[in-house]
Amino acid sequence: MDFTQFDPQPIYLTLRLATITTVLLLCIATPLAWWLANSRWRYRQVINALVALPLVLPPTVLGFYLLLLLGPRGWVGQFTESLGIGILPFTFTGLVIASVIYSLPFAVQPIQNAFAAIGRRPLEVAATLRASPWGRFISVALPLAKPGLITGAVLGFAHTLGEFGVVLMIGGNIPGETQVLSMAIFDHVEAYEYDKAHVLAAGMLVFSFIVLLVLYWRTDQCPPRHV
Amino acid sequence: MTENYQSIEANFRLKRNEFELDVDFKAPGKGVSAIFGQSGSGKTTLLRCIAGLENPDRGYFNLKGTCWHDDKQSWPVHRRPIAYVFQEASLFAHLNVRKNMEYGWQRITKDQRKIQIDEVVAWLGLETLLDRQPDQLSGGQRQRVAIARALLTSPQLLLMDEPLASLDTPGKAEILPYLESLYQTLDIPVLYVSHSPQEVQQLADYLILLDQGKVKAAGEINTLLTEPQLPLAHFEDAAAVLNACVVGHDKTFHLTSLAFNGGQVSVSYNALPIGHKARLRVCARDVSLALIPPQHISINNSFPVRVVSVNPDRDPSQMLVRCDVGGQSLLSRITRRSVQTLNISPDKIVYAQVKSVALMK
Repeated sequence: MDFTQFDPQPIYLTLRLATITTVLLLCIATPLAWWLANSRWRYRQVINALVALPLVLPPTVLGFYLLLLLGPRGWVGQFTESLGIGILPFTFTGLVIASVIYSLPFAVQPIQNAFAAIGRRPLEVAATLRASPWGRFISVALPLAKPGLITGAVLGFAHTLGEFGVVLMIGGNIPGETQVLSMAIFDHVEAYEYDKAHVLAAGMLVFSFIVLLVLYWRTDQCPPRHV
Repeated sequence: MTENYQSIEANFRLKRNEFELDVDFKAPGKGVSAIFGQSGSGKTTLLRCIAGLENPDRGYFNLKGTCWHDDKQSWPVHRRPIAYVFQEASLFAHLNVRKNMEYGWQRITKDQRKIQIDEVVAWLGLETLLDRQPDQLSGGQRQRVAIARALLTSPQLLLMDEPLASLDTPGKAEILPYLESLYQTLDIPVLYVSHSPQEVQQLADYLILLDQGKVKAAGEINTLLTEPQLPLAHFEDAAAVLNACVVGHDKTFHLTSLAFNGGQVSVSYNALPIGHKARLRVCARDVSLALIPPQHISINNSFPVRVVSVNPDRDPSQMLVRCDVGGQSLLSRITRRSVQTLNISPDKIVYAQVKSVALMK
């Protein structure tokens, strides 16, 4: 195996993408999960179903519509162009947006379940102890939902590492810009560079396995406490 | 209007599926008012309305002249100066005992902190528990921490929703003395939800009787416990409570004497100071009636009473006689035959012989 030709760029790019995506996911998924867990709006299941769509849709379908939406004729594309940001497909930013949408259910669902498991009582207690709605969320809901938040973050991160179809549709394969690990592996295989493909593929396999192992092991160690 | 400043006024209407709460009552602005009723009578819902945890269709609440809830406004829960003790302790699982207790305390301003942490720790015996996690506590300990946590918001009204119901008998016995002394120490009104006649007899000064979402009766504990028209007087453990005062101790026979208007009784020695105001619980089944002052019997506690009414009891062989002793009411459960033989009738002066008296606080 010729390691002098080994190009680490896809690895950096992938980790950067996954990290940024995870941070954004937590910012979006936490309030969304809170709302889904507490809303009594009769059509909230519509939102629930929308969020879960990436679980069942082929990534190409999602990527296709994102491409149209973010492209020069799509209304998001026209909007970003009018702002002077330009067109997002085939850029890193476009990839981040697509990743966030694609991984959203993986982050939302564990967080939503964690919020739902808390129940109304601790929040009612906090209210009688003078905590404002925001204070209750920060001091009671978030700490009690911590395991769910961690699970959501890890799953969102790991899922972003592994995406392929959406990247293919919206990111293309631009080295240093949108060429993530899965694309690089695909390229290597296409070019019959099996040894290079092996390095990346095996690395990802081991990494993903360790992430999941740590996650499950952790949930085993600290079962939810109810007092 | 002056009365307004010393009382609690509540008026709520709330409809949920089959259940309807529709209450309107006044309670004194001091002491313990028990909200008593069977499960499903709406006690907890009423307490939740007062706390602001429910959204009633109609609501009015006024505590000593300050209105929290009427047609125009409803204070949010966290702005109401209440302490709420739930049936289950509901401690925050992610905080230790000390942090749990500080939760509400931190959220009020310094000049509002009338009750200090050291004080409640001493009152409730929590010294050794402060660094523990909630899941390392027994049920009774958890409930004590919950009470401490609630009190540390220096509330103007204490709401307690069956704080003993989730505890086993030793747990109940552990908490009750704390509650009794707390109510005597704190100068704030307490609304205490319960379905246990014994707790009510022990703790309450005033009683609000709920039945199927409506107030069936409200009044002084002594009056309501002995009211033959109400179910309380017909319970197996029906009892009257008498306010009395410690007047002396007898070291030889190991007795403590307590006096009340119209009589005096002796109970097992209790190291209470002379002059201490105490409550006596006298079960209806422990009171027998005699036409002349009893002599030559082992019962020591006897005093004259005036018969107020003679009422049928649940068991057709028994009658429930309500008597007046110096302005307080007493119940006597005797057989229908005795009523006839002795010709017990209203306004007759008879002698109550009390077989057993419990000193409550």
